[in-house]
Amino acid sequence: MKTHQKLCDGKFSVEMEVVGKGEPLLFLHGAGGLTGADPFLEDLGRNFKVYAPHLPGYGESTGGEHIDDVIDAALFYHELMDELKIPSANLVGHSMGGMLAAEVAALDTRRAKKLVLVGSAGFWLDDNPIPDLFAADLDDLPAMLFHDPKSPLAQMMLAMPWDDQELLTAMYVERVKRFSAASKFLWPIPDRGLKKRVYRIAAPTLLLWGESDKVIPPVYAREFHKHIRNSRVHTIKQAGHMVMYEQPAEFDKVVTEFLMS
Amino acid sequence: MKFTWFHLMPYRFLPDDFKKKYHSVWVDIPRDLYDPKVGHRLYNDYLDQLEFADHMGFDGLGVNEHHQNAYGLMPSPNIMAAALTRRTRNANLVVLGNSIALYNPPVRVAEEFAMLDVLSGGRLVAGFPVGTSMDTNFCYGEVPATLREKYFEAHDLIIRAWKENDQFAFNGKFTKLRYVNLWPKPLQQPHPPIWIPGGGSVETWDFVADHDYQYSFLSFFGYKAGKKVADGYWNVMAKKGKELNPFSLGFAQVVAVAETDEQAERDYAKHMDYFYNRCLHVYPGFADAPGYRTPSTIKAGLTGQVGKNASITREGLTWKDFIDDGYVIAGSPATVRDRLREALKTLNCGHLMILQQIGSMPPELVRKSTDLFAREVMPHLRDLWPGFEDKWSPHRLPANEMAVPAPISFEPPITNGKTQRRGASEIRSSVK
Repeated sequence: MKTHQKLCDGKFSVEMEVVGKGEPLLFLHGAGGLTGADPFLEDLGRNFKVYAPHLPGYGESTGGEHIDDVIDAALFYHELMDELKIPSANLVGHSMGGMLAAEVAALDTRRAKKLVLVGSAGFWLDDNPIPDLFAADLDDLPAMLFHDPKSPLAQMMLAMPWDDQELLTAMYVERVKRFSAASKFLWPIPDRGLKKRVYRIAAPTLLLWGESDKVIPPVYAREFHKHIRNSRVHTIKQAGHMVMYEQPAEFDKVVTEFLMS
Repeated sequence: MKFTWFHLMPYRFLPDDFKKKYHSVWVDIPRDLYDPKVGHRLYNDYLDQLEFADHMGFDGLGVNEHHQNAYGLMPSPNIMAAALTRRTRNANLVVLGNSIALYNPPVRVAEEFAMLDVLSGGRLVAGFPVGTSMDTNFCYGEVPATLREKYFEAHDLIIRAWKENDQFAFNGKFTKLRYVNLWPKPLQQPHPPIWIPGGGSVETWDFVADHDYQYSFLSFFGYKAGKKVADGYWNVMAKKGKELNPFSLGFAQVVAVAETDEQAERDYAKHMDYFYNRCLHVYPGFADAPGYRTPSTIKAGLTGQVGKNASITREGLTWKDFIDDGYVIAGSPATVRDRLREALKTLNCGHLMILQQIGSMPPELVRKSTDLFAREVMPHLRDLWPGFEDKWSPHRLPANEMAVPAPISFEPPITNGKTQRRGASEIRSSVK
């Protein structure tokens, strides 16, 4: 079900996917955003009530001009949780969404019941620099994002409608809107000081990584593990950065078991 | 009609296989390709050329800012403008300009422009570009989403710093200063004329029109391609009820003059090719960071000058294509006169930014082309735009109030230890 939510006296309008029933689960998407075909949300919906808001600047969500940095973004999610009457919830964040979920949990330790960070951004290791996705050639994206760039899934997710100029422009404008919003947290180096605050995270935390993640390699999972006291690392084989699309069954199983244990 | 002799200051010695072998001329070009000894020669050649243009009666000398590239070797155009203040007398110094969102705090630009204006006796044109995506987002790390907001704030701060006589506090989003109190202040009061170089962003036109600035469209694809942008600009001006004064539009055009049309091709073809295929070989991923252009500009269909489409368009172009498509206006003085007159009238342009050193062009050809243009083309175009007042050129000190550098003499030769200062003998021979 798609909903539209007003927040902060109309400063924000939030487009949101709401699926399933059970304990609340807030999903924070990555820099690419939700694709419109995100079956892992349905899977999680079998056991949880899943809320997947589009960050302002993404999809039909508006009010991005009121978000300058990760603190503003974390407070936006706090407001949204209050509005949804789920002041505390399971937080699952992917990539940039992981970075923001970690901020949500660190700034107010009561917000996360449990936390799942999937291929999460937020740190920078000089010896393992994160590649510049903003400057990446379209042709190189499949190999960066997927374990198997030749798989039908990878090809489908990154297909461009080269012969439909109108659709192409619309997609391009949406991509620019999304990446432009993301640039506030990720440009030019995706580190906005999380390492100063991350020690506050008290919730049990699962650090879930695709084994062949080339965007944010698994060494970053170990870095998060060093700083979050109640955390453990789980890597999924034959999966890259887009782990929940590439290995949906195992992703769902591992996340659900962790959250329900 | 006014003419500014504009220098990009390219690195002239990129390898022949540059386009094939290297990723990009900008941002991540290998440092090995730059030889500072060659660089020393180039800077001095280029300053000679600008000084020659002053001597030949051009109205302005143009320089601009770019970073981490072989296309234009001026991270700080202010340094070049400063070097020009002492050995030029007549021409205006068109610094086009400083990317004001990159300076922290932006009063640095207000200070340096004020210094240049005072030093040059009021010959400065102050240019405020946003800057290319390569320069601002990739080389200087500015967040694309907030670049323009930061630019506008920097602009407001600089203008206030120039205009307000009393010190003030500035509480901006990006810059906070308790004491803004500019020393020195510009010689031109309240400030030098402001030109806004642009690549065709629709928002820039509103900004220029609302402030009565001059808009300089710095395209390298000639007047035929530039027509779309010029029309867009004039439409905005007309809608806002502004005078359609040709002097409020500057336009950059590559121009090469030789004795005959055939000689022009023999002289210049390979240097044009060097420019379009090596100097503009920019990796598309660096050309347009997401958020650098606004959605309205994207929807207006104004594609960038660099990047994939631009690069593909230029693939395999011949001299004839460069001429026919209007990228380059070249040929005998008569040919250049006719085509340039047509171009300027089509665009309604009163300030030409003329590019006569282009790509790998060596000094002797630059001199020939500039000399021929100044003698046999420029005088024939001066008559354009009678009845329009140029409100965008500097107001300098009267000649009798201009300071003149004291003559220098190297007799007897000054030595520094064992090594005689290089350049002394050349200066001696020219003094004779």
